[in-house]
Amino acid sequence: MNEPEPLLKIENLAVRFSHRGKIVHALRGIDISFYKDEIHGLVGESGSGKTVTATSIMGLLPRSSAEKISGNIFYKGKNLLLMPEEELRTYRGRTISMVFQEPAKYLNPSFKIGGQIEEMVKLHMGLSKAAARARARELLKLVGLGRDERVLDSYPYELSSGMKQRAMIAIAISCNPDFLIADEPTTALDVTLQKQILELIRTLKNIEDMGVLFISHDLAIIKEIADRVSVIYAGKIVESASKESLFDNPMHPYTRLLMLSIPDARHRGQKLAAIRGQVLDSTSMPKGCLFAPRCPLAEQQCFSLMPELEEHDRGHLAACHFVGKSWNL
Amino acid sequence: MPFCGEIMEPLIQCRNIVKIHRGRGIGEIRHGFKAVDHVSIEIERGRIFGLVGESGCGKTTLARAILYLDPPTSGSVLFDGVELGSLKPSMLRKYRRRMQIIFQDPHTALDPRMTIYDSLSEGLINIGVDKPRRDKKIRELLDRVGISSTYSRRFPHEFSTGQRQRIVIARALTMDPEFLILDEPVSNLDVSIQAQIINLLMDLKRDLNLTYLFISHDLNLVSYMCDVVAVMFEGKIVEQAQTEALLAHPEHPYTRRLLASIPGGAGGF
Repeated sequence: MNEPEPLLKIENLAVRFSHRGKIVHALRGIDISFYKDEIHGLVGESGSGKTVTATSIMGLLPRSSAEKISGNIFYKGKNLLLMPEEELRTYRGRTISMVFQEPAKYLNPSFKIGGQIEEMVKLHMGLSKAAARARARELLKLVGLGRDERVLDSYPYELSSGMKQRAMIAIAISCNPDFLIADEPTTALDVTLQKQILELIRTLKNIEDMGVLFISHDLAIIKEIADRVSVIYAGKIVESASKESLFDNPMHPYTRLLMLSIPDARHRGQKLAAIRGQVLDSTSMPKGCLFAPRCPLAEQQCFSLMPELEEHDRGHLAACHFVGKSWNL
Repeated sequence: MPFCGEIMEPLIQCRNIVKIHRGRGIGEIRHGFKAVDHVSIEIERGRIFGLVGESGCGKTTLARAILYLDPPTSGSVLFDGVELGSLKPSMLRKYRRRMQIIFQDPHTALDPRMTIYDSLSEGLINIGVDKPRRDKKIRELLDRVGISSTYSRRFPHEFSTGQRQRIVIARALTMDPEFLILDEPVSNLDVSIQAQIINLLMDLKRDLNLTYLFISHDLNLVSYMCDVVAVMFEGKIVEQAQTEALLAHPEHPYTRRLLASIPGGAGGF
């Protein structure tokens, strides 16, 4: 069978920072492939390396504090990590684009929404003033802000947070990107708005044929939107599978416990399967499995040998010595 | 225990609570903003009462009004049958000991310059508990929330977010309250830590015979925790029912919209 070529491929990406004389391992070598027309969900807790993955792709890691970045990020045959800043700038925002968690932080408060969209298309696509205006109008219609002409001439503070996030998305897709990164785009929004934004991202993916990296800490949201899911823990991918396969047959103990720790109204009064202990300290560098100290299945070998991410079922990868072993909660 | 046949009075009774935030601006804003609009709720002893709604709907304002931290503009709050509005400040303080609140963000809830021992002993000193009894109480409480009492001389920044929330809970318990308001107590925590704190809150409620008002924007979590759920929208309670009934037969369109927007569908997985 002919495997489709990935749109963007991350190989053995590791990122270390030095912070107050200590080395922080933000990413400990991850491999992910992103495909056209697919929403890839990346789920993990805070500090697990989700955002560092996104900023590495965008080339937005502060180069001064990044002690060391190793590995490769291939996009159309070119390694983004080796690309000079001037060349990277022609990709960033144009063919690879990003939506952030808090729209209020990333819109410029002193420029009108229309102007902020026009700036993008003038810069990247060389449109004239009039053409840029027309494009801005068209984009706002696409993200569901077209009904009111006034949005174009509004300042960010005049919009609600849901509208601001829609405007951010309009800016992100203004130059027809191939690849869109959405980093917790709904976390700062109310639940009823959240649903609308998820639907918008899915619709846009279909219209624009984009590959999407969707980052979230919430398994329920990932279940709603993703086609493929990778679970990240302490800077390492522990499981990766199609959405159906992951939710029907979670293999890694961390994934299984995460699913069990979500409250469910049908089991009111029952204890939740809490994961004991704390997330691994990012300055430590254990020899064995990173999840072993919190894992109910851990045995001697888990503390001495790091399990590799291996295929256990078709397209279903997990990094655990005891895939499929059950335990008593 | 009540006598047989006696009807137990609810611990908290709110009658027609209105809270208007005084306006400072021009036009509409100058006339004030009605954050809570004629809310009446009753919370029975030993129950968990859920209050769900979106940001800005008045959940926290209502909670502060119930505790008389921000007294309501009109309406009355009865705690254990006593109207809080009729009490002199010194009496109100006595009553307030029996009710405590836990906020969303444990980082801002603890004084960064006080050791956790000092944070926990502050209230006990105020009510004149001597040192040996204070020490014993703090040891017991830290133990109960799962923090080793050998850490009691440490400062808040030396703890993780989940541990800090445990410390905040222990501090609320120093006054032996009967009633706790939990205002989004797990929203700032990671999923795996969330479950630990929820389990702790359920254990404490059972062991100490507490009554909770649980506030959250997450209908899934509220319906897992609570016996009764009230849905708040633009300052009003638009629907209130037993949890099962609310999930099975939501009446108000806003409740239906909330249910429909739970990712993954109602009932979680």
